Amino acid sequence: MKNAMALNMRSYWAGLKAVLVFTVIVIVYTFLMTGIGQLGMPDKANGSMVTNASGQVVGSSLIGQSFVDKDGNALPQYFQSRPSAASDPNLPEDQTDNVNYAANASSGTNKGHQDEDLIKSVTELRSEIAKREGVSVKQVPADATTSSSSGLDPNISPEYAAIQVRRVAKERGLTEEQVEQQVKKYTTGRGLGFVGEPVVNVVQLNLALDNLQ
Amino acid sequence: MVYFYAIMAFGLIAIILAAIYKPLGDYMYRVFTSDKDLFFEKWIYKIIGVDPRKGQTWKAYLRGILGFSLLSVLFLYLLQRIQSVLPFSMGFDNVPGPLAFNTAASFVTNTNWQSYSPDVTLGYTVQFAGLAVQNFVSAAVGIAVAIALVRGFALRKSETIGNFWVDLTRATMRILMPISIVMGIILIGLGVTQNFADWIHVTTIAGNQQTIMQGPVASQEVIKELGTNGGGFFNANSSHPYENPNMWTNLIEILLMLCIPVALTRTFGRMVGQVKQGYAILGAMVILFAASFTFVVTAESFSNDPITSLTGGSMEGKETRFGIVWSGLFGTTSTSTSTGAVNSMHDSYTALGGMMYMLNMMLGEVSPGGVGAGLYGILVMAVVAVFIAGLMVGRTPEYLGKKIGPREMKMASLYFLVMPITVVVGVSLSFALPFARQSIFDTSLNNSGNHGFSEVVYAFTSAANNNGSAFAGITADTPWLDTALGMAVLLGRFLPIALVIALAGSLAKQDVVPVTSGTMRTDTKLFTGLLVFVIVLISALTFFPTLALGPLAEGLVA
Repeated sequence: MKNAMALNMRSYWAGLKAVLVFTVIVIVYTFLMTGIGQLGMPDKANGSMVTNASGQVVGSSLIGQSFVDKDGNALPQYFQSRPSAASDPNLPEDQTDNVNYAANASSGTNKGHQDEDLIKSVTELRSEIAKREGVSVKQVPADATTSSSSGLDPNISPEYAAIQVRRVAKERGLTEEQVEQQVKKYTTGRGLGFVGEPVVNVVQLNLALDNLQ
Repeated sequence: MVYFYAIMAFGLIAIILAAIYKPLGDYMYRVFTSDKDLFFEKWIYKIIGVDPRKGQTWKAYLRGILGFSLLSVLFLYLLQRIQSVLPFSMGFDNVPGPLAFNTAASFVTNTNWQSYSPDVTLGYTVQFAGLAVQNFVSAAVGIAVAIALVRGFALRKSETIGNFWVDLTRATMRILMPISIVMGIILIGLGVTQNFADWIHVTTIAGNQQTIMQGPVASQEVIKELGTNGGGFFNANSSHPYENPNMWTNLIEILLMLCIPVALTRTFGRMVGQVKQGYAILGAMVILFAASFTFVVTAESFSNDPITSLTGGSMEGKETRFGIVWSGLFGTTSTSTSTGAVNSMHDSYTALGGMMYMLNMMLGEVSPGGVGAGLYGILVMAVVAVFIAGLMVGRTPEYLGKKIGPREMKMASLYFLVMPITVVVGVSLSFALPFARQSIFDTSLNNSGNHGFSEVVYAFTSAANNNGSAFAGITADTPWLDTALGMAVLLGRFLPIALVIALAGSLAKQDVVPVTSGTMRTDTKLFTGLLVFVIVLISALTFFPTLALGPLAEGLVA
């Protein structure tokens, strides 16, 4: 029994030293990787931030944004993002978050497909979008009414972009061809023809439209 | 059309994995059979105070694992409890006790269940000096256990089964670390962040405020997938654009999760001197994986439940860039490898799609399972399959020339009982104990009815199988779930490991029985089929009633 105790103590002692050794190794690894990233690919390593025409950082090309006013109304001159469940955790409790896309609280709704609240909000949003874009509800694509997994999806489907072109062109006094050209520029197709899904980056698209004027 | 993309996706990862199967499997074979230590490994052994040339009995090997793991839990717990005084803590406070215990247990057991939301709980230091360390070493422990079991089959009349400290060190330094460095750099190049910067506050294009979190993400992301850990740097895990920005990072992350568990079957074949034995095991893994992926894609594409029919596609909780096929492939990979990373919210899948993810875990994480854990898991199932076949023909069962006697069969049976018992007891207590039930209904559930029940079933299945994914609507940071799930991850990890190491010890002592015309071949397609049958049979019988109350009931309503 005493012998077993001694053996256990020895493996705890070795275990403790091993934990500390590997901790040091992984810290060195983390700093090495950070050094390589910062020296070799600083833009990517620092979050792929984007700036507007006057040089201000206005977000990241990878992180979605909402294009709404403080009350949550869609701003008509912008392509609209998907709904988002990422709501700023630092807001006072009595204040509802109409903006979402909080990149310090990534989250989906985590609602199941029978959830009554979700069904209700999707139904409302669907007719709202159809009305806004002047299309039938059947033409509203799935990504337009569903929240993404991260709540920070920077992309929409080409179908959702397509039904928004007319409104954006009208609001900005551009021709539909001009807007379509920009949409095309920020559309990424499937890799090798089958990897991933075709997407339009809304952040870059809206920024480019602002920079046109 | 969706099947075209699904087949192409599956084909692409199959081709890439086939190309690295032999090189990686053979490399790992050399790592664990070489008798040379590299110079920095010698330093490590000197500091730890172990003799790398000394073999360990199964008891000594197990003492090493348990000692190392216990100290890991304590260290990680302590680190979280003093977070507020650590550098780079981003203003976060000390993690509360029950939550810190849950997280420590979860990361040391390679589970990476996250009761906490990283976005509002953890600064950089706890992540890279605590969680990422366990991402490396808990994966290395898994590999070590698998290699010890394989030695049990390969060795003859041996009292020892290798040296735990050597296996741990080599798995970390020669396998996980080099791959992480190379693939981590590629991830940064594709847009995964890697910095120690403050969070960035911006006024957005539309004039709103946005706070964008930063951090050393790539270095942790790569080992999170490679070590089949799964704990996200951010709350949204691999669906967060900084963890998984595009289709290429998604592809790489899927491959990282699969490469070691798949290639270990080659290492196994080499170590027992019959590579075909590895192919037979791999065949069973591939069949189960392909069936599961097909099922998920079908469920997500052809459901007519309210949300899917209303919106025109199952895109709730999915990212546009991944869609159904690449979310489904990631989810199938993650739940089949015990990783638990998610690039889509499993809680928002169709009832049957979500059920498939649960089933992947309920199979015992063997298709292909976690790093190491998948191999030892399926080898135990192979022992069971051989035993059942032996009963049918009335012969003493043998596997790889080792007799499967009463002692070996006891270990194997106990092994496959641990997980289902942990799951079923955990779920039952959650609804039977009054205070637990109350906390489940008042705080934990995000969905009602059958789907709410599924959230609890998923939680315990994930914990007991050391997976770590969730039906993430559930609020798990309650005293009951923190404690119960913390216990489940520990039982689900260390009881099976103890049984496997004991099994390795008793197999290693045996001599090899010569092959005769009456020996059942275990390197054939027939055996692969039998293995699949046994794995499915055991979990189906165990879990059918549970699934009937949860996702099946929900799915049938639609």
